[in-house]
Amino acid sequence: MSSSDLHDRPALLEAHALAFARNDEPIFGPLDFSLHAAEVVLIEGDNGAGKSTLLRVLSGLLAPTSGEIRLNGEPLTLARLSPQVALLSHQSGLKPELTALENLRFAAGLHGVRKGISPATALAGVGLEGYADVPTRQLSAGQKKRVALARVLLAPVGLWLLDEPYANLDLDGIKLVNRLLENHANRGGAALITSHGAYAYTSGTPRRIPLRPGQRGSGFSPDPLDVGDVNESIAAEAAPAGARAGSTSGSPPETGAGAP
Amino acid sequence: MKPGSTSAACAALARRDLTLVWRRRGDALNPILFALIVVSLFPLALGPEPENLRRIAAGVVFVALLLAGLLALDTLFRSDYEDGSLEQLVLSPHPLSLLLACKIAVHWLTTALPLILIAPLLGELLHIAAPVRWVLPAALLLATPLLSLLGAVCVALTVGMHRSGMLVALLVLPLYVPVLIFGAGACNAAQAGLPFLAPLLWLGAALVLALVLAPLACAAALRISLS
Repeated sequence: MSSSDLHDRPALLEAHALAFARNDEPIFGPLDFSLHAAEVVLIEGDNGAGKSTLLRVLSGLLAPTSGEIRLNGEPLTLARLSPQVALLSHQSGLKPELTALENLRFAAGLHGVRKGISPATALAGVGLEGYADVPTRQLSAGQKKRVALARVLLAPVGLWLLDEPYANLDLDGIKLVNRLLENHANRGGAALITSHGAYAYTSGTPRRIPLRPGQRGSGFSPDPLDVGDVNESIAAEAAPAGARAGSTSGSPPETGAGAP
Repeated sequence: MKPGSTSAACAALARRDLTLVWRRRGDALNPILFALIVVSLFPLALGPEPENLRRIAAGVVFVALLLAGLLALDTLFRSDYEDGSLEQLVLSPHPLSLLLACKIAVHWLTTALPLILIAPLLGELLHIAAPVRWVLPAALLLATPLLSLLGAVCVALTVGMHRSGMLVALLVLPLYVPVLIFGAGACNAAQAGLPFLAPLLWLGAALVLALVLAPLACAAALRISLS
């Protein structure tokens, strides 16, 4: 997949002036971006920048306040959308009383199964062979995350929306997520992943969508103590608290939020 | 890359919910114990005269089962909401209303059906009159699915709130009252030797209506609760 023929195809997912507000308080946007097949895009933003909300809007769980989402060039409805996306959110969607395999079997029944993979092989694919009969309650947070990733891996969809897929994972787990994303892109799938910057997608240089908090009144400034776990690219400009809200390269010009 | 059939999804959901009930089978006994306690308290409060108890038997059993069902209602979506399974349900490629209908059916099967099965026993505790003995289970068989369906809509509306128990009770009660009136009314009519078929038919008609409309309303309510 060279980058030239990548952009000849129609965008899998497009957002035009997409914005979301809760009780008249802007959460993110307006935002313009597009996602092509075989592409992994990283959504970056501080805590509270609206990353999770953006994924929930794109998954169809929330209706955007304004703007438009297009899927394969057509306006989006939940009925058209749901056979095509898999969402990994903060809540794992796993039942603690059921075993890892039972959870995956249920997901397979509900969403269907990708060709050439079964709940058992998906579990092995996330490095949890031997844990099939362990109740999910007894798994660690990282292992639960892996089971949830196996659920995403299992679903016969082209678009992955992963909210903080690296959270709770050890180094092997982070490598695993990167490998899963790479394989998914090679299959022609696309993925949007959020990260607060602590760990980034390492293979290749993914496109990044910087997300700032919406115009939440001029008084909003992030806590200057909250910079412990950001990576270098953000840490470089993290020193003055007021400057942090204005963000990295490629940002659209209509900011104003964190302007000093 | 094709999603499975809707019936397979419903079967998977039913199997999962039944497994969950089995794994938490201690909790499943709660409504039964509750109904048993309520019914056994009445003779203690009113005195053991069979005549007195026989007069109120059907009504007491009905109310006890209604309240026990209300107690069990909260578990319908609560844990699914908390662990994110509800999100996955909404995002599945199958019609949400059908999946919810399936979920409500399993909930009725595991909470209401055991109550109906012990209802004759509860009736005997109160010296229930002979002609009511089989009218009561028949009325309950029509009334409890109706209560489950109506209750599910109200629970779906409030699932996003914390400690919504009282609110659910307030929302549900006006909907439960007609069901109670027709159900207990059929039993009272049978006891008085009057025709009791009409209230039962009313319950049946309402059940058919709720079977069609409640899952749709429930799906709409859940979408609102999740946003």
